[in-house]
Amino acid sequence: MEVALEKWQQGVSLVCIGATIEDGGTRSRAVKVGGQKALPFLFTEGAIPYKPVIAWEVWDIAPNDWPKDLSLQFKDVFADPIAWAKKAAFEYKAELLALRLAGAHPDFGNKSPEDEAKLISQLLKAVSIPLIILGSGDDTKDNLILPACCEAAKGERCLIGSAVQDNYKTIAAACLADGHNIIAESPIDVNIAKQLNILISDMGLPLERIVINPTIGALGYGLEYAYSIMERARLAALCGDKTLACPFIALVGQEAWRAKEAKADTKEQGIAWEILTAASLIQAGADILVMRHPAAIEKVNKYIEELMRPECS
Amino acid sequence: MFIIGELINGMYQDIAKAIKDKDKSVIQKRALEQIKAGADALDINCGPASKDALNDMPWLIDAIQEVTDKPLSLDSSRPKVIEAGLKIAKNKVIINSTTADEEKLGILVPLAKQYNTKLIGLTISAKGIPQNKDQRLELAAGIVAACVDSGFPPEDLYLDPIVLPVNVAQAQMRDIIDSIHEFKLISEPAPKTIVGLSNVSQGTCVRSIVNRVFLTMAIAYGLDAAILDPLDKDLMDAAITAELILNKHIYCDSYLDAYRKK
Repeated sequence: MEVALEKWQQGVSLVCIGATIEDGGTRSRAVKVGGQKALPFLFTEGAIPYKPVIAWEVWDIAPNDWPKDLSLQFKDVFADPIAWAKKAAFEYKAELLALRLAGAHPDFGNKSPEDEAKLISQLLKAVSIPLIILGSGDDTKDNLILPACCEAAKGERCLIGSAVQDNYKTIAAACLADGHNIIAESPIDVNIAKQLNILISDMGLPLERIVINPTIGALGYGLEYAYSIMERARLAALCGDKTLACPFIALVGQEAWRAKEAKADTKEQGIAWEILTAASLIQAGADILVMRHPAAIEKVNKYIEELMRPECS
Repeated sequence: MFIIGELINGMYQDIAKAIKDKDKSVIQKRALEQIKAGADALDINCGPASKDALNDMPWLIDAIQEVTDKPLSLDSSRPKVIEAGLKIAKNKVIINSTTADEEKLGILVPLAKQYNTKLIGLTISAKGIPQNKDQRLELAAGIVAACVDSGFPPEDLYLDPIVLPVNVAQAQMRDIIDSIHEFKLISEPAPKTIVGLSNVSQGTCVRSIVNRVFLTMAIAYGLDAAILDPLDKDLMDAAITAELILNKHIYCDSYLDAYRKK
């Protein structure tokens, strides 16, 4: 019997995070995401050149809302983001780091742009893996710290976020000036995702340097909704809509560990919550997963490895 | 929606003059204007004034290929002119067009297959213009059968129901639009459908609105492609919006610009 295969018109754009010495940076390697010409893991329908990749979440201050078992994993390095980054990079062999500048938030430390830029410079010297830089979540403050951090990481081709519909110009301009990629964040809304990508590309930052943060919900907290939005955007991309043909980043750890089930006393439940949220979103097309618990990351990495064997498809 | 820009046609005086003077710049400018406005392909017609279409067609193709790699619709009722174009075309080609007459099908379907082109089939024959939907379907089925018999894939065939001016054949409009839907049922995989749009408003004094509304209705009935004036911004906006409403594109506030950027 003949197998009916979809013929897609277009692929997802390829985004390269991290600049090696040859590319004018100092990273030991670059992480490439995207480039798929098929739905997730349907190897017979089109090329899937790069695997989904996990970014280890590191904070510039000690998180105060992480559940006990999760905190235990990094308690020894909470006070020192450089040591935390090194632990992820060297002890756990992380491929990618996501530094959350939570301490810049006016309510949680109010660190200055200079302090955060200095931290970025030190961190880039301490570890050689590519870097994602996430703001504090306060738009006004992020417009001060992110440009300073972009400049401190000039030429390292980081991934910077997040630009949102009401606040994208400053971040896009900084990414453009210093050679970084940008995260475009929309509130589980494919129409806004598309609009924001157009607005950013109108500023001169090419669509090929945008990663979409579709905003996700954890298992039990709107996961299916996020899944369907990602699926819809990816189908449009494969059918030829360039404005949605960007890889996805999913803040899995942030959402999974907020769930009350993840905070339950049994320590396995939180890990399972993070694993299941990640595994589902990988099937929806997530390219970068920002995660927290080492045990969850280990399991999900194994899952990715198995999925990437074409004979499994 | 696959849009074929209709403006490189010797029927227009400036194009006729450019062909006569062999002035590439006029042709190239018109090609790029249409693409910028959202055309996916360009129709090329030497026009009635051309005395030497066998040479003018290749010259036009050459001039256009210098500035774009978009598909070209070689528009002539003479198979020899189309063949002269096929020989030098590097871009993808749409043969525009064959009729339902056996003689033409016998030449153009094998050419389309040989050169791996798309083919426009007009539901018209030496007997004349069809007068109703059934005649259109009969002619369409004949064209599809000729393609299938020759091993030419029906999905590369664009069936044209022959759009007549609304002020001449008002009673046929309903049949023409129904035909667009019913052509799709002739074969599996289905043939595609196309209209030469501007004819619908021929001789009316409000051409743009007639074109726009007809196109919108045809799109709702499943039209795949149209030969039209892409510089008519209202027309293009209507086509893009019609497809948006049919959920063929994802909405965003800048959806009109987004479509043109694609």
